Formats: sequence, structure tokens, C-alpha cells
Amino acid sequence: MEKIISVEALTKRYGASVAVDRISFAVAKGSVTGLLGGNGAGKTTTIAMLLGLLVPSSGTIQVLGADMARHRHRALPFMNFASPYIDLPHRLTVRENLVVYAGLYLIDRPKRRIAELADALDFAPLLDRDYGSLSAGQKTRVALAKALINTPRLLLLDEPTASLDPDSADRIRFYLKDYARMTGATMLIASHNMIEVERLCGDLLIMRRGKIVDSGTPDELTGRYGRETLEQVFLDIARAEPIAPAEPATGRE
Amino acid sequence: MSGQTALSVRRIDAMVLRYWYLLRGSVPRLLDLFYWPAVNVVLWGFFSQFLAGNSSFVARAGGVLLAGMFLWDVMFRSQLGVSVGFLEEMWSRNLGHMFVSPLRAHEWLIALIVVSIFRTVVGLAPAVLIAMFMYHFSIFDLGLPLAGFLANLMMMGWWLALLIVAAILRYGQGAENLAWAAAFVISPICAIYYPVSTLPVWLQPVALSLPGAHVFEGMRGVMVDHVFHGRLLANAIALNLAYLIISGAVFLWAFHGARIRGKLLQLGE
Repeated sequence: MEKIISVEALTKRYGASVAVDRISFAVAKGSVTGLLGGNGAGKTTTIAMLLGLLVPSSGTIQVLGADMARHRHRALPFMNFASPYIDLPHRLTVRENLVVYAGLYLIDRPKRRIAELADALDFAPLLDRDYGSLSAGQKTRVALAKALINTPRLLLLDEPTASLDPDSADRIRFYLKDYARMTGATMLIASHNMIEVERLCGDLLIMRRGKIVDSGTPDELTGRYGRETLEQVFLDIARAEPIAPAEPATGRE
Repeated sequence: MSGQTALSVRRIDAMVLRYWYLLRGSVPRLLDLFYWPAVNVVLWGFFSQFLAGNSSFVARAGGVLLAGMFLWDVMFRSQLGVSVGFLEEMWSRNLGHMFVSPLRAHEWLIALIVVSIFRTVVGLAPAVLIAMFMYHFSIFDLGLPLAGFLANLMMMGWWLALLIVAAILRYGQGAENLAWAAAFVISPICAIYYPVSTLPVWLQPVALSLPGAHVFEGMRGVMVDHVFHGRLLANAIALNLAYLIISGAVFLWAFHGARIRGKLLQLGE
């Protein structure tokens, strides 16, 4: 199995609080992995460390073969990220924002790539509107286009369909699944949305209070907990007895 | 793999484009470029005219106050260009996206410096014209030394901005007022409108530790005594280079600290 992400004993502390507690996992090439957990479980902190936005307290992260502590710029051109918690400049139009990011990722023929994404994600009529004037759902689609601008080999998504109506969310999931199939890209998706996870993810990592408390395919997990749906599994894990004292990391999850 | 280059002109260009889009799309931001320098030159122009008839110092060197005002504004605009560029990213909560892209911190700083030069030139051009037509004063009368003065004051603006950005990264948005206040705080000891010897003796070494004081002493040398003191310019260059190295290191330390504390995700309106 070729590993696109390999994490060993990853820990993040803020003073006495432990946001992520010695987690280890690997994500295989071409897989779509869900990172599940309740608020404060450590999902966003983990993704921020994978991206190099946050320096771990200890542990190692290898992404696309690069040690993220020392050589993250070797991996960054080939990965991307979208989150409803990190915005794009409001006073730039959608097109301007995407042109800037196409430049940062050194994309050849940026106009063509932007047109392709606008078509695929159904926001072509919004291209010349200020990003700040868009609805939450429209912003989510544009942020996803930014995350796909460099046709990433690794895509990290934090709640990718947050704020979308069911129809738009379904289209986005379809697009993401198709993207993974067509390009062989690897995805790690942090989500609370069990429908999304069931639709997209072949593997799951379940976090609670900074630790990975279980992992497996959706079928393995539902079987192991004797439940019919992932939502029931999620509730079982969320409502289990505390495993260790820990504090929320960023307050965003 | 071109994305891995340590310095990419295309990425710098993309960031310059980002600030250009912001500027061209906002009339208040465009007006802000011209407004304060223009008001300043009108104010100091009339004040200079009044003093020319009442002060032997100003009478000896017409325009010395206006030249001081122009040159200090070059420092201030250069500093603002860099520090406000950083604040724009913070206000728009864009730092997270920027630094998961291949953009490197030094490429961003180069883009901010390019933008600060543009903002300074464009912002001061109308004020220079106003001074020419209303007060018959041309900053270009300083001659060749003007290039040295301008370069040094721009460099001073950049390192001051780096320290301000580092303070914001370290202490959060509470420090953002420094972007506007810092230049005013140090202006009394930069000897813009009076010689360093006017300051109390104990304050003079502090003044001389700043490149600005050397530039303004040099400016008065050219305008009042008609002598160019190369030593003063050399002092300013040496001090600026030292401060640029120190402030660059402080910025990188603060940036790394922001990555440890998760500030790149949290900073924003």
C-alpha cells in the first residue's frame, strides 16, 4: 500500500491542554478517508498540522513523501484544502480570487481551469461578483474550486458541504467522488455529516478527545458496534464514558 | 517540479495582482492613497510660506519643511504599504489559504514591498505636483542625493513594518494600531523638521540609532548648507541593513510562533 499520509505519535498541546494526543494513522493512495468526531475531537487541529499551518508539539507527519516539519514546500504544490472556517478575500470577485490562487499554484492556462471549475461546480454566473456578496452555500462552492484549482493529488476537506442545500450538497459529493475516480486523488474529509461520509468515504478514522478511538470501513464499524447506520455508531462513540481529560483545540470544530 | 522553487516570480506576481485587484476595486482605498499626502503638502506649504518671512532658518532654505514632510511621508507610506497589506490578509481571514499554498513568506514580503513602492509613488505624485504649482517647491531640487534619501526611508519603512507585522502575529489584533501609530511615535526623534542637536543630549544617541535622523540631517546639509554629507548616507545605509536583518529574523520568529499557536487560522475580523 502506497501511503500518501503517514502520521506517527502526533501530538498537539496548548499549555496543559492536549488537543491531539499521540495519534498514528496512514492514508493510502487513491483512498477517500473520513475523519469523524464531535466538537473538540481534534479533527481541525489534525488537518491544520497535516497542512503545516500548525506546528505539532511532537510526532511526525509525512505527506506525499515529504516530512512536513522540514520540507512542507515539497508537498504543498500537490495538495490543497477547503474549509468553511477560512475565508477568501471578500472584496475581490470570485474570478479575481481564483486567478490569484491559480498564480500561487503556478497553473498554466488559468482562465481555462477557472472556466472548467465554474462549469463543474455550477457558479459560472457568479464569477464577476464580489466573493463577500455570495451566500454561504455559494462561498462553499467557490472555496472548493480554489481547493481544486491545482488538480491536487491530496485534497483535505473540512466539512465540504457545510451550508449547502441538499441538492447542491449532493452535486458536490457526486463531483468529488468523480474527481477522486478520474484523477486517482487521495482525500481526507473531516465531517459531521454521516450521509456525506457514507457516500464518499471508504475508510474512516474516528476521533474523540484528541485520540483516534476507532477506524475501519463503514461496514466494519457498523458491524463492530452492532448498528445499522454510521450515525448510530457515531452516537455510541460520542456518548461513551470519557477516555481521558482533554480540552478543545481551536474551538472551531 | 516548478512549484517547489524557493523564489517564484509568478507567485510574487500573483500576490501583487491580489493587492492591485483590491485597490482598483475600492474608491475609498484609492482616495486614501492621495488624500493625506495632498492635505499635508497644502498645510506644510502655507506654514512654510508664513515661516519664510518670520524665521531666518526657513528663509535660508525655502522648502526645508516641505522636503521633510515629503521624505517622512515616503517612510510612512512604505511602512503602511507593507503592514496594511498584511492586515488586509488578516481582516479577510485569508492567511490560512495563503500558507497552505506553495507561497513562501519571503515571496509574500517581496510582493508587499513591490506594492508599497507603488503605493508610495502613486500616493505622493499629486502632492509633489501641488507643491510645484502652489509653492514653487520641487523635491527634485535635492538632486542626486534624493535617490539615496528615498531608498533609505523606504527601507526604514519596510523594517518598521516587519516589526509591526511580527507584533501582530505575536500579540494578535490588539497590536494592529501600531500600523498607524508607530511612525508617529518615532517621528519626534527622527529629527524631520529640526537638527538632532535640538533634542536633549540624552536623546541624541537614540535619534542617531535610527536611519531617519541621518537622512534628515543629510537633507538639511544639502538644502541649507548646500553640502552633501556622504558619511550620513553611509550611516543610514548601514543602520537600515542591520535593522532589515534584525526585523527579518524577528518576523520569521513571530511567523513560526504563529504556526505553533495556530494563529494563522485564528487571526481575522
